[in-house]
Amino acid sequence: MSSVEKRIGFALLVAVIYLGNAASCIAEPLDHSHSTRPPARSLSRDRLEWPALSDVKRTLLLRDYNTRIVAIGTTMLGAAAGIVGVFMLLRKRSLIGDVVSHSTWPGIAIAFLVMERIKTDGGKWLPGLLVGALLAGVAGILCTKLILRYTRIKEDAALAIVLSVFFGAGMSLFKAVQYIPSGSQAGLNHFILGKTASMVSADVWIIGEASLAILIVIGLLFKEFSLLSFDDKFASSQGWPVFRLDLSLMLLVAGVTVIGLQSVGLLLVVAMLITPAAAARFWSDRLGRTTAIAACLGGSGAFCGVLLSAMFPRLAAGPVIVLTGALFFIISLFLGVRRGVIVRIVTHRRLKTAVGRQHILRALFEYLEPHCDPAAPMSSQLVNHIVSANELLPMRSWTLKRLRHLLRTAEKSNFIAVVREGGYRMTNRGAELAHRVVRNHRLWELYLIEHADIAPSHVDRDADDIEHLLAADIVESLERLLSERYPHMTVPPSPHAIDSAPGSTIRQSTS
Amino acid sequence: MIRSVLAQQSRSKIENEHPASSPLSIHDMTVAYHRKPVIWDIDYTAPLGKLVAIVGPNGAGKSTLINAVLDLVPKASGEVRVFGEEYRKQRDRVGYVPQRESVDWDFPVNALNVVAMGLYRKIGWCFPVMRRHRQTAMEALDRVGMADYAKRQISQLSGGQQQRVFLARALVQDADLYLMDEPFAGVDASTERAIVEILRELRERGRTTLVVHHDLQTVTEYFDHVMLLNMRLVATGPTSEVFTRENLRKTYGGKLALLDQVGHKMTLGESGG
Amino acid sequence: MNSPATLNSIDSTRRSAAGRYVVATLSLGACLALAMLLRKALNVCGWDAYDTWTVVTAALAAMACSLPGVFLVMRRQSMMGDALAHTTLPGIVVAFLLAHSLQQAGWISSATYDSWRHAAMFIGALVIGVVSAVLTEWVQKLGRVEASAALGVVFTTLFAVGLLLIRLKADQVHIDPDCVLYGIIETTVMDTVPNTQIPRAAVVNGLVLLANLLLVTLFFKELRISAFDAAISTTMGINSHAMHYALMAVTAATLVSAFESVGSILVIAMLIAPAATAHLLTDRLDRLIAISLAVAALSAFLGHLSAITLPSIVFTRLGYPEVVDTSTAGMMAVAAGGLFTIAAMFGPRYGVISKVLDQARLSRSIIAEDILGLLYRMEEESDATALALNQLTAMIGTRTWPTYLAARGLAASGDVAVRGSSYELSPPGRERAKRLVRAHRLWESYMAKHFDLPADHLHESAARVEHFLGAELREELAAELEDTAEDPHGREIPPEQG
Repeated sequence: MSSVEKRIGFALLVAVIYLGNAASCIAEPLDHSHSTRPPARSLSRDRLEWPALSDVKRTLLLRDYNTRIVAIGTTMLGAAAGIVGVFMLLRKRSLIGDVVSHSTWPGIAIAFLVMERIKTDGGKWLPGLLVGALLAGVAGILCTKLILRYTRIKEDAALAIVLSVFFGAGMSLFKAVQYIPSGSQAGLNHFILGKTASMVSADVWIIGEASLAILIVIGLLFKEFSLLSFDDKFASSQGWPVFRLDLSLMLLVAGVTVIGLQSVGLLLVVAMLITPAAAARFWSDRLGRTTAIAACLGGSGAFCGVLLSAMFPRLAAGPVIVLTGALFFIISLFLGVRRGVIVRIVTHRRLKTAVGRQHILRALFEYLEPHCDPAAPMSSQLVNHIVSANELLPMRSWTLKRLRHLLRTAEKSNFIAVVREGGYRMTNRGAELAHRVVRNHRLWELYLIEHADIAPSHVDRDADDIEHLLAADIVESLERLLSERYPHMTVPPSPHAIDSAPGSTIRQSTS
Repeated sequence: MIRSVLAQQSRSKIENEHPASSPLSIHDMTVAYHRKPVIWDIDYTAPLGKLVAIVGPNGAGKSTLINAVLDLVPKASGEVRVFGEEYRKQRDRVGYVPQRESVDWDFPVNALNVVAMGLYRKIGWCFPVMRRHRQTAMEALDRVGMADYAKRQISQLSGGQQQRVFLARALVQDADLYLMDEPFAGVDASTERAIVEILRELRERGRTTLVVHHDLQTVTEYFDHVMLLNMRLVATGPTSEVFTRENLRKTYGGKLALLDQVGHKMTLGESGG
Repeated sequence: MNSPATLNSIDSTRRSAAGRYVVATLSLGACLALAMLLRKALNVCGWDAYDTWTVVTAALAAMACSLPGVFLVMRRQSMMGDALAHTTLPGIVVAFLLAHSLQQAGWISSATYDSWRHAAMFIGALVIGVVSAVLTEWVQKLGRVEASAALGVVFTTLFAVGLLLIRLKADQVHIDPDCVLYGIIETTVMDTVPNTQIPRAAVVNGLVLLANLLLVTLFFKELRISAFDAAISTTMGINSHAMHYALMAVTAATLVSAFESVGSILVIAMLIAPAATAHLLTDRLDRLIAISLAVAALSAFLGHLSAITLPSIVFTRLGYPEVVDTSTAGMMAVAAGGLFTIAAMFGPRYGVISKVLDQARLSRSIIAEDILGLLYRMEEESDATALALNQLTAMIGTRTWPTYLAARGLAASGDVAVRGSSYELSPPGRERAKRLVRAHRLWESYMAKHFDLPADHLHESAARVEHFLGAELREELAAELEDTAEDPHGREIPPEQG
């Protein structure tokens, strides 16, 4: 178990204990008296008022029954959405969540109408509404699939059409429903932008059960879903029911979307699917870990969002959750340890430095080579010569400024030493490395010449030892070839002529 | 006389066409996209325990042939038998190496995970990948000379190494018939050699392998049998007999323009009678 | 040259010339009748000037949207339109805030406030359009995030920002998020240009439509090439990046002008649905644009009509007579969806139904030709020349019903003669059959020459292909083969003529 996994595990444990503690209080709202918020504290409604310290404390410790409920519910939702989102991201279907969420709207309205017909004022029974939403969401997906199957319309347009037409139908139904005199339709529109504050413990139970079911399904079918996302052609050739697996993944998306309607609303729930998953990709190159991280990011983003909106009553929970997620995304984008921008810049820098060092050492080596006695070992002779920057300049196409910079860095790393103003000499360490670099470089060059067809692409020819990348027999044959041609040298000479006039400017070291 | 007409119309008995001993027999298979045939009336019986190259120019339908055998694309007509039975019933005995470009190599898995995917069918629904499965996968990676790279994320592998991982994934299946779609495309010399070694090893163990191959130079060196394909089967048989200048000219001497024209007419669905 | 085919074709051109005239007259009449009916129908449901202006405003908005939509669909960036529809929200809010604070500061008078606000909104939209495109690209490039995911992250975030801004500044901006999201065409129409009946929104949308039309006409070439192939257009000196950003900016500006009428979510329908519908009906870009404009206008009309008629009909049945109308914007989206479905079903070339009909027609003609071929082979091999229906069915291997239909069709066209309950070839039918058998045997010879296929496998393929070998292809086949006297089975290949 690596340290990353341990850290994630620890974070999860803390979160579970924290939430579990809070969850144990769901059953009996202990301090209901506290849960009613103090009356409006300010007359100016323009400003975002800062909460009192006691409020902050109460919110953070989840003393508030309402906050507690909402926090638990949305955290579970966030985690489930993060996990499902990873697979959608990997299947490059992130936006299907947007279609599902918009499509749920007419389902909610129809479910309301049906239930209202069955029982007056019974239209707002939440499980019924959610089932209606789920069915409509699935219908949206099926419509998209039908359009793709039977028309020449491409996926992007199919998604946009289904999304907007379903939403339009929902709007029309909703407006019509407004006329119905029963009055219980008030609050239906909370599904659009979400209203966490109106959640009660029964809602949280629904969210919790649904999230748990989604987690279990993903857990059981993890292997299958990962195969589907990586290589559906291979999966299909192996006899996995690719279409049905795909559909069940879509069903999970619909499930997440539907239970997310209440807290973030149908316009923004897609963010909970996409953002944590996209953020998690910056942290890991392993599917299992990516999924776990997405769950953590999704859960904690939702949790923080809820707490923030509890502290600042004017901040609606939905947008705040989305923005917290976006903040996590930005942080991950820059700090992510696998694909984050900073890591990539650092790696790039490091590579550039290494390449620069190799270049300078090779230039030194190749400059000195003609002046060494071929009979004696090279490395001991290399340290005896003094070279100036101007002499090295024609060895490569580099500017004097860059060359000086490289010399400075090489000196700092103790590969060369300054003998006097503008005169450099290789150290033993430097000579050794130069020896190895040149040998590798020349072996690679020879390999490219001998086996010209195709060479591996991701190779730094100076740094990577050829033995690590090519089969032993090839390296052996290459080395044999070289020693046959140049029996007197330990380091194989360059197979191409080095473009520099072997000057007479070599001075013997004064020391 | 009616009988003779009927006899002409009736299909030959399938049992005769598909001997159970043959690892793969294709009977009059036509594959069409949007009604336009891409490959026409392939009739082929693969020899047991041989290395077969599927050779033909670009767009000749080589990959389509493999995809149709594996039920990945629908067949317009014809039948395919694997060891005398339908492919669906013999899936465990068929290993498949898709083209390297067919997947997203940025996917967050390492080489070992990819190889383990070849075992998923054996593992079955819902069961996780166990230690022994990972061991099997590791052995397969070792066989293709990639054991040191097991933990590398797949995007960090070179083209040849990625191809070896795909090969290892097929090897863990321990199939009797292997279908490989351009395993030599864009790989380095040492990978090519490693793959050839594996192919020969498979042949020694009596497995049959069909390989879509591009490099005409190496066909005679690597393969015993060859299948020359250009929208239709041009010739098939032992390399020494079939891989002739004349047959190659027939295969590579341009597409049969008529096939394209007829195919186009079939797409339009206009009867020409 | 009096082969039946030529005769047929002359006949059919003559028929079609006459037919065209009749169809034109009929359709003119139908249009008139429809218009009168429509007028009556509209009168019945209480249509008045207000409704007309609603439709005009909505139609102008929809048409303005459909123009950039065409290029979004062609460039496969429809979801970018969806994203823009969401991201314009913060743009609108910021513009409102800006105009408001300028007014507060006394920089602009209340009289001109509205026009300032509109100007600010337009600029805000242009900016936000480019900003969303740039941000998406950044996330995509910088983080190597997959394109649609990058889009998803950016647009949800910006939308959330917009929503929060509305909540926080509700007192200053006077924007009801509901209006922005769903549109309030019902009240926008009331806001008219002074001294006229013309709604201000209609003028705005009309101007945007004109501007878009102008842009499309001016840059038609460039738009077409960059939508078709970005790489080629770049090599031709048209910067596809710049085109992309320009399209995004124009789309956002159009969306902003339309959001008051149809709401920022439903503009997606107006953006994409008309263009996609047109794409089902034509392959030419100029026609595509014309059709999508028409579809946009039609969906506005149908949308409003159904919004004021449908609910009372449906909901009265359900027992809620209180429901009188519903959202025009919502119904416009539904109408656009309906038009799309109709096009998908009945489109002349790509429609599902027409494909099914084509298939049915094809299989009927194939059975008919199989009958002809069968009868010809019977004549060739024996003296028995007539076959009963059940014999035909058994030999062709179909069911009775299609065979019967095909045989009746042949009898009607005079290709077979009915003798009692049996069918036999008539002279013109024999000619047709001869050509068919010729095609069959030529194909067999061709395959025998080029395919590695046993001789007894040739028949099946030829039986499938023979139906598609017209005179030209037969000629080419014959030219390709050295010997056209006999097929590989040693049967005679009938000559083309005589």
